[in-house]
Amino acid sequence: MNGQGLLKGMLLTLRHFVESYADDIKYGFKKFSPDVDNFETRQGTQTRGVFTVQYPDEKLAMPERFRFVPFLVVEDWDDELNPGKDWCTSCGICAKVCPPQCIWIVRGDDPVTGRPIPEPEAFFIDIDICMNCGFCAEYCPFDAIKMDHDYELASYDRTTNHVFDKEKLSKEQRYWKNLAPTRAAEEADVRGGWEHKNFKKSWNTTKEQAQSAQAEKDTKRDEVRARKAAAADEKPAASVSDGPIIVGQPGKAPWEESEEIREKRRLGALQRKAIRAAKRGDG
Amino acid sequence: MVDMTAPDLDLKTGSIDDAIANLKEKFPDAVSDDTRAGYGGVIVDKGQLREVAQYLKQNLGFDYLSSATAVDYLGEGQHTTDDHLEMVYHAYRTSGGSALVFKAQTDRDDAVVPSLVPVWKGADFQESEVYDLFGIKFTDHPNLRRILLWDGFHGHPMRKDWKEPYYEEEAKPFGSRWPGGQVHRAEEKTIFGKNVQYPADIDLSRLTDISESKLYEGFGMGVDVQKVTHDGVETDQLIVNMGPHHPSTHGVFRMIMRLDGESVRDLEPIMGYLHRNHEKIGERNTWLHNIPFTDRLDYISSMGNNHGYVLAVEQLLAHNKRWKPPTYRAEVLRVLMVEMSRIINHLWAIGFWLNDIGAFFTPVLYFIEERERMMDFFEAVAGSRMMCNYMRFGGVFADLPERLRSTANLMNDRVRDYNTMQFLTEMINERIPRTIDDLEELLTENEIVKVRSIGVGILSKEDAINYSTAGPLLRGSGVAYDIRRADPYSIYPELDFDVAVRNEGDMYARYSVRVQEMRESIRILKQILPRLEYTANESATANNGSHGDKAPLGEAYGRVENGKGELGYYVVSAGNKRATSNPWRYHVRAPSFINLTPLGAMSEGMKVADVVGILGSIDIVLGETDR
Ligand code: SF4
Ligand code: SF4
Repeated sequence: MNGQGLLKGMLLTLRHFVESYADDIKYGFKKFSPDVDNFETRQGTQTRGVFTVQYPDEKLAMPERFRFVPFLVVEDWDDELNPGKDWCTSCGICAKVCPPQCIWIVRGDDPVTGRPIPEPEAFFIDIDICMNCGFCAEYCPFDAIKMDHDYELASYDRTTNHVFDKEKLSKEQRYWKNLAPTRAAEEADVRGGWEHKNFKKSWNTTKEQAQSAQAEKDTKRDEVRARKAAAADEKPAASVSDGPIIVGQPGKAPWEESEEIREKRRLGALQRKAIRAAKRGDG
Repeated sequence: MVDMTAPDLDLKTGSIDDAIANLKEKFPDAVSDDTRAGYGGVIVDKGQLREVAQYLKQNLGFDYLSSATAVDYLGEGQHTTDDHLEMVYHAYRTSGGSALVFKAQTDRDDAVVPSLVPVWKGADFQESEVYDLFGIKFTDHPNLRRILLWDGFHGHPMRKDWKEPYYEEEAKPFGSRWPGGQVHRAEEKTIFGKNVQYPADIDLSRLTDISESKLYEGFGMGVDVQKVTHDGVETDQLIVNMGPHHPSTHGVFRMIMRLDGESVRDLEPIMGYLHRNHEKIGERNTWLHNIPFTDRLDYISSMGNNHGYVLAVEQLLAHNKRWKPPTYRAEVLRVLMVEMSRIINHLWAIGFWLNDIGAFFTPVLYFIEERERMMDFFEAVAGSRMMCNYMRFGGVFADLPERLRSTANLMNDRVRDYNTMQFLTEMINERIPRTIDDLEELLTENEIVKVRSIGVGILSKEDAINYSTAGPLLRGSGVAYDIRRADPYSIYPELDFDVAVRNEGDMYARYSVRVQEMRESIRILKQILPRLEYTANESATANNGSHGDKAPLGEAYGRVENGKGELGYYVVSAGNKRATSNPWRYHVRAPSFINLTPLGAMSEGMKVADVVGILGSIDIVLGETDR
């Protein structure tokens, strides 16, 4: 009969409509209450109703393998022997295997002998370019770079925020253990323990060692600071004009700002660029 | 003159070697074996290219031209000492079997090759693309134009001596990254500078005129209306642009139509708005780097894209002494992922096609629900919902996790914790089949769907083959050609499934083919489940430890039956003594692109509203069309 197919389809739509409410009743209208955790049912294969998640009030936890912009694993900051020690040995494999080539590493060199030491001096990832492929984490032989789960990285000014340096990239190993417990345990198994043995030479194994290393680090830092201060005295503001670099008015989105501020922002970006160029020594 | 009168049945079904032997006998001066190391097929003298092609099609039964592309051998030095451009054609028989590869060489400075459009209409867009990217001119091509780039583009980017803006090095990894890598943004280098080049003869003040006038000239009229007379009544024909920003075009895509009232008289698809020269990027990349880039082609079914690419490169790598082929479990996992992608793809295709013909968003949301669940699974296994980057040379990225779960690491997170196999079993046995049943209940007998789609957008069987269409478009026109059966790969030979085919060749037939194919995919998935169980102890990641795989010299063409049709990758390893870390040539035979070739022909005489539906029934993704 003509119209039968149409009717059948509409019944189906009606069924879907009813089901979405039936589901709510089943959970006593507490579907979206934060105290009742019925997520597994709501998101499961058996549910018939609506399975929408009310982002950002609710968020689904990511599966372990979820990959977003990578981070560098370091020892815990309160570790007794090697606080904050990089797992990374600056071997450069991740920089080579990165498809869009968004990893830049400065290999650490021993200041006295000039030989490479297993620790990066600087580490940058341009997260605008990173395609979240996960190759760096997959091919790092020291399990030192891992994919993060923190996907809320939007910001108002990409020119200043989106190149992550070593400081911003480094996260404690306990964070990684928390993020991906299964994977982290598997990897530790292969390594033969949580600590790194592959390049132990540069790691402190006793308390005395740790203390003397800390002392050495402190003197080195003081030296660098003194040198920097001297250099700053020598050539005050060599390549840029005075005045602070204006980043914007707090609490205002860039498009709400006045022409003037925007112009200043642009000049600020150029200044920063000039500073970087001067540091590199090419311009 | 070649005798073309009596096609010999035997020749049409014989082996490829027989066909080549016969070809050499017929054309002793024009056809010679391609003897370069790692290469196959024949090299045809370009003077007789069209006769040879005609003979191939008429007498030897190679009725289907799968891929036509070019390679620039500038300064290659290993396979050839003279710099030349080379056209590479892959022809198949729709009755099944592997490819007959033939090539034609031409000078770089005066690159002219006879067009094969008179033989296979499917060469139309592909030759235009080669003209656009390589600058080879095709004599007698009906509409040779820059199909992906605009007319003001300087040079032909796929030539080896063309350098992109921000050019850094010939091949990755770039030396500036390590050991002294200091970050810089590409745009900082030329913050206000120009990095765009124009041809010398272009007048920048008249840009729009220049790029558009040629298009309109192709229609035999300017932008103005043209008077026509119907039964003594004078009316106007006019040109209407549909797109690039039109909701029905599924992305940035444009159709220029010459309309007579509501009826379409001519239609010309314009694309390239999303063009990023995927292939040039691919040639800078290492072999491995390309895998995540293939995700970005047809982003609805990235698993299938991965599969085609690794199959192509594995053909090369197989010549390595220490090569270990993928384990059985790896193959099982690949098929599992690819078949799920196919279901996702077809749900998506049908859903958006319905949007196009007026069932606005109710059905598609039902389908998206299922797709979401399958993508949850992809996310748990591969790490990402859409950009799966799952397959590796000789295996896959990782085996299935035990459970689909994570402990919370963000505030307010909710955990879903299931056993992976249980999730899969329930999905495959209950949920997905139920959705397909729902889909059929909702639509198959729906009168409106039938009225809108039966008899609309007809593509005849002969045309479907001739235009090199693939996938549901080809099978909806009565050609039972499915690469999983016709030229099998992976573990498909041992799986039990049927090739979905319909004879009508209209939109409804394509819809039915898609539904049927989903059911067949379920059938395959049900056979995969026990295989997953009994291979549980096998490793699937056996051979993916190395990041610097080098491919031995040679060429390879890997193709898979993707949701949208035949997805092929033509890769060449050349330029170095023994093995290379970067592809010399990386070409994607994109079904979304080639399936658009008959769009004009299918739309002729149809109403404007039908054109939208016809485009939807072809099922394109602009990421793949424009590459
Ligand atoms: S691959 Fe690992 S160890 Fe090597 S540089 Fe990268 S993060 Fe460091
Ligand atoms: S995730 Fe991929 S793109 Fe991003 S830094 Fe790692 S290798 Fe590079």
